[in-house]
Amino acid sequence: MPETTYLEAITTTLADEMRADERVLVLGEDVAEGGPWGATAGLADEFGPERVRNTPISEAAIAGIAIGAAQSGLRPVVEIMFVDFLTLALDQLVNQAAKAHFMSGGQLTVPMVLRTQGGAGQRGGAQHSQSLEAWLTHIPGLKVAMPARAADAAGLLRAAIADPNPVVFVENKTLYFRKENAEPGDVPLGRAKVVRPGRDVTVVALSRLVAESLVAAEELAAEGIEVEVIDPRTLVPLDLDTIVESVARTHRLVVAHEAVVHGGFGAEIAAQVQAAAFDELDAPVARVGAPFAPIPFSPPLEDAYLPGRDDVSAAIRALL
Amino acid sequence: MSDADLLRAMWRIRVFEEEVGRLTRANEVHGLVHLSVGGEGVAVGVCGQLRDDDPVYSNHRAHGHALAKGAPMGPLMAELMGRDGGLCRGLGGSMHVVDTAHGFMGATGVVGGNVPLALGSALAARLSGSDSVAVVFFGDGAVQGGIFVESVNLAALWKLPAILVCENNGFAEFTPRSAHTPVERVTDWVAPWDVDRETVDGNDVVAVRKAFRRFLTKARKGKGPFLLECLTHRLRGHYEGDPQLYRQALAAEEWQELDPILRLQRALGHKGFEEEARAEVVEAVESARASPFPSSDLTTELVYA
Repeated sequence: MPETTYLEAITTTLADEMRADERVLVLGEDVAEGGPWGATAGLADEFGPERVRNTPISEAAIAGIAIGAAQSGLRPVVEIMFVDFLTLALDQLVNQAAKAHFMSGGQLTVPMVLRTQGGAGQRGGAQHSQSLEAWLTHIPGLKVAMPARAADAAGLLRAAIADPNPVVFVENKTLYFRKENAEPGDVPLGRAKVVRPGRDVTVVALSRLVAESLVAAEELAAEGIEVEVIDPRTLVPLDLDTIVESVARTHRLVVAHEAVVHGGFGAEIAAQVQAAAFDELDAPVARVGAPFAPIPFSPPLEDAYLPGRDDVSAAIRALL
Repeated sequence: MSDADLLRAMWRIRVFEEEVGRLTRANEVHGLVHLSVGGEGVAVGVCGQLRDDDPVYSNHRAHGHALAKGAPMGPLMAELMGRDGGLCRGLGGSMHVVDTAHGFMGATGVVGGNVPLALGSALAARLSGSDSVAVVFFGDGAVQGGIFVESVNLAALWKLPAILVCENNGFAEFTPRSAHTPVERVTDWVAPWDVDRETVDGNDVVAVRKAFRRFLTKARKGKGPFLLECLTHRLRGHYEGDPQLYRQALAAEEWQELDPILRLQRALGHKGFEEEARAEVVEAVESARASPFPSSDLTTELVYA
């Protein structure tokens, strides 16, 4: 299996797609220099400044230009450097991109991808660390992908660029540099992956919490508790069938994400599962996530704030 | 477009919009309706020179722009009535009219929201090697929003073949421009970027055509951006039903002097276009009324492409 990192998977996929389709272009702050992590490194050298466009710090206009370009036939991939700054582009994303196809009676399409990254753990403080994906899932017309592993990052990004709808692609900064074995392959939007099979409890985990849940599952396996871990990979569309099929076997469900629990996407998963499979549940659905507070800066406080493997383990134990 | 064609096109918009006003009061046209009565000279002076492959973006006061760009009148009226035969199958309404067949890329209910979209279309034209020119209409009220400044900066930085057309009617919704900004002219607003710009009498359709043509000729060669500020008068309220307690109406004689349609008609000595437009509007209303409301399944069918 080829070894790569999540970040290399993004860069390689962008380059592949730009080679394959001249309508694909990349724009965002510092993208020609590779961006703060290097996600777009090397693209400007290969594809030039017309297709790899550095922008000023103007998130709203960047998003709007991408929407107009998409409506006129291009396939823009916009980078918003931190998901925290997506707030500045939300009008364009929510009022223009998400609704253009619908409001035009199907005349317009907006085949754009908006890449961004979230997540805490790097002492970035409350404005550079958030997990805001639940907001996006509330908007009909947007698709939301949230890969947790390098292979999914590559496959989902390819699918997102090919999709005729606006797709928000939420990466996680703490996942970027891990070495992973990543088998190349197609990953359609809207298909979950059972990343570890198990019989006793189902954990549906998002982004960074997937790996954390796998560690928790390993630890619990030593005690004879078999945990099934599912990564939905895309939140919209959500592959509810795979989750329900698992719950029908395990009868217990934990949903785990880094975002604040209150109003988080876990609530939506919990509601959909209980509506679809109430009789299969032997216990209330448990939710793991962050407390209802902004992310603290002080390192011990941030560490205590962040949900992780121990929180997942504790939630599982409480259900059994 | 000849002077007579300009006059004919303006009458079509005037008569259409006056009928829309009546149908709004009769509850046949629904929702928030903003009419451009008095501003026809800008829509026609600009759009009359464009091709179908020139993308045009508009704002909440969009009917005139759509008609001037070539949108068919019957489906436009059907859209305002929420019918399946509407341009957007009844899913958009007055503030969200789109007609891609004629390059009318859409109106928006968010003030200033479409300005960067036009730049995106201009970028697409450049990258695909086309000489099409993107145009966006916005009011003077849009200029105070941050996205306008972001967009002007990017348009100037990237030298995009786009023409920004500001319809400065002196009012942002219910408030005079002087209460929103000390900057009197929108052309002054883009001075730091040295955007090629001109302020014209928007009630003089021939002047609008001339100024816009100067910009269009350059934009066709890939130059840009440009800003055309047209000083207009919003004869009606911000929306249909607006009691307009915040301003004095113009005296009828004063408006007759300003009216872009009557001015050109006096100059040409031509009559007859008004009657011709009335017949077309009657037909448009009849065809719109004959169209059914859409099936409620449509609401979920068109969320995703």
